[in-house]
Amino acid sequence: MISTQKTETVSIVLDGDEVEVPVGMNLVDAAALFQKEIPHYCYHPQLSVAGNCRMCLIEMGTPMRDRGTGEAILNEDGSPKIGWVPKPVIGCATTVSPGMHVKTISDKVKDCREGIMEFLLVNHPLDCPICDQAGECRLQEFATDYGRGYSRYTERKNVKPKRTRLGPRVTLDDERCILCSRCIRFTQEVAKDDVLGFVDRGSYSTLTCFPGKELENNYSLNTVDICPVGALTSTDFRFKMRVWFLKESPSICTESSAGCNILVSSREGEIYRITPRRNDDVNDSWMTDSGRSLFKKVRAEDRLAVPSIKQEKSSFDQSIQTAAESLKDKKVAIVGSCHATLEELYLLNRLSKATKSKKYLRGHFGQDDGILLSADRTPNLRGALASGFANTYPRDNLSKLNSDLKKGVIDAVLVLNEDLLSSGVEAESLLGISIVYLGTHANDTTNLAEVIIPTLTSFEKKGTFINRSFFAQGFEQSIPGLPGLLPDVHILSKLLDELDNENKVTSDFSLIWKNLSSPPKSPFKGMSFSDSLGGSLKIDETKWKDLPFVESNALHYKK
Amino acid sequence: MAKTVVLDRKPLSFSERTYLPQIANGLKTTFSNMFKPKVTLQYPEEKPKIPQNYRGVPTLVKDPNGREKCVSCQLCEFVCPPKAIRITPGGVPEGEDDREHVEKAPEEFEINMLRCIYCGYCQEVCPEEAIFLQDEYSSSGYSREEMINNKAKLYELGGTLPDQHYKWDKKKKAEGQGNSH
Repeated sequence: MISTQKTETVSIVLDGDEVEVPVGMNLVDAAALFQKEIPHYCYHPQLSVAGNCRMCLIEMGTPMRDRGTGEAILNEDGSPKIGWVPKPVIGCATTVSPGMHVKTISDKVKDCREGIMEFLLVNHPLDCPICDQAGECRLQEFATDYGRGYSRYTERKNVKPKRTRLGPRVTLDDERCILCSRCIRFTQEVAKDDVLGFVDRGSYSTLTCFPGKELENNYSLNTVDICPVGALTSTDFRFKMRVWFLKESPSICTESSAGCNILVSSREGEIYRITPRRNDDVNDSWMTDSGRSLFKKVRAEDRLAVPSIKQEKSSFDQSIQTAAESLKDKKVAIVGSCHATLEELYLLNRLSKATKSKKYLRGHFGQDDGILLSADRTPNLRGALASGFANTYPRDNLSKLNSDLKKGVIDAVLVLNEDLLSSGVEAESLLGISIVYLGTHANDTTNLAEVIIPTLTSFEKKGTFINRSFFAQGFEQSIPGLPGLLPDVHILSKLLDELDNENKVTSDFSLIWKNLSSPPKSPFKGMSFSDSLGGSLKIDETKWKDLPFVESNALHYKK
Repeated sequence: MAKTVVLDRKPLSFSERTYLPQIANGLKTTFSNMFKPKVTLQYPEEKPKIPQNYRGVPTLVKDPNGREKCVSCQLCEFVCPPKAIRITPGGVPEGEDDREHVEKAPEEFEINMLRCIYCGYCQEVCPEEAIFLQDEYSSSGYSREEMINNKAKLYELGGTLPDQHYKWDKKKKAEGQGNSH
């Protein structure tokens, strides 16, 4: 894996221009720094170098030195004489060295690329009309950019199986495979589940799983993403939609506190797939398979779509009014959620101050896989701490709320997206308690709720999550919300207006962030929402370093 | 304001006042047409002959083996300027021997004839030669829904056209005798 973080540089001559590039970089990455494309299939910046596609062949030379004395040999005009390597070299496996000369465009390089493209296309089927990769296919792109433009091949093409099941989520089309081995290296190096390999020789080489094994690890769909052609396809997305119809919008995965950066691909407000977005501080280019299916909850059957009062349909104004009335001048308990955004938790905290209520928070914990699925299965536990809503580390139940309810010190509960009954609160302790439920999906608690106000999923709203490394990661709305629904921050600020006569906070994000960053010891000092949207924004974590965080060491995370 | 000039009308001559020459002239035209060949078509019972390159209603066609040609690549949907085409792509289930190897076929294919502008881009872009603007030009309906041609209607309108390539038959043949290992 090649890091671009090094500050030391060397000077090379790239297509006649002298440029400075970081030490230890390979030529593909170095050329990319100066907007010069060296086409490649098998090289991936976050995997080891295999050098088997030969697409990145370029011309390279180094200053010549006298073998005896080691002195530089000069041309007649005094410039160093360049010893060009007689055969082209592959850019991905060539590291920059001082004074190196590189030609990324020359007649020889063009010849090489045309030749490689011709070989790659020899047995490649003309599947583009039915191939899911069409539109984002490296082979298509490089065939038009660097290919010869016509075929000289008249022999019969090889026939290979078209739909091999590699695992529960990945289907292989053998004919399309160009044997770049990215998927094999990924399963070995990143997923640490070495199940893939090539069998047979020459043009009969075939990707396959080891006997008795399947590509079933939780990272298998990353092989589909890094496949430069349409050989590995996602069984779920297969034949669902052509990629050129999909609008890609950046977002943050809500599966765990790893906070993977994702791209949400949607068409006309419907999400078709989720793919990882490269962020070298958080998730490299990977994400879990389980995180990719979370979008299915947006259009799930149990999604709450209309506000209701006492289980009867109502309007937003009416239900917010009723909710405020049932909370006013009562002994209120507020149950927050680690799935809520930083801004929502901030408003919820203000709400708890306005109603002088007790605050409860539940964590959701599971097994840590040491890569991108952390033990904390919520995206924003640290946001609950940073917003001031929680001061202690939450437990994975609400038994404290249950005992307080039994003691009779509470007579109204405001719940944000948390199922009380599955969190250790007994149904009989909730008897006679008015519950105001703000959430996205129906559950046992919504059946008991007096007022239900439906809210939006993370794909339908904007906000900020703070991940396990205390990076504040902002995200924008990816798709329109269900018709008629309001963002959570609007509902919370309206409730605030009703319950606090002196309320000055609105749902305006710049105002919320101004308030978040203004206290003298704020971890958000000098930051704004647009900063958090810009990328991973490290916040000051010293205040919470003694808390018993459940995550263990993982990709880009050290305890 | 423009000044209005009143012109005197020329008085009619005696023959003009009788109208007889004019009637005779008119009847001459009428009677001469009775002996000329007919040019009027009794539409809709009689239909005109449509030239080969006419761009009528877009239709989906099958190949001479009765196999549906469209593989739902959605290029026509992409290229359609008024966005009249809407395709729901789908896979061909395994086990259908004659078309299993095609893998992909439209689950639903809709062309909204209220939007269609008969430009023929869909026919031009189709990589499988599955969509053709043929000689059907009159489409009418009592509601907007009726004007959306679904897959069944499109195949009914399209029928079967001769195929130059039999691309998928060749593919199937290659599977049988090709360089499989």
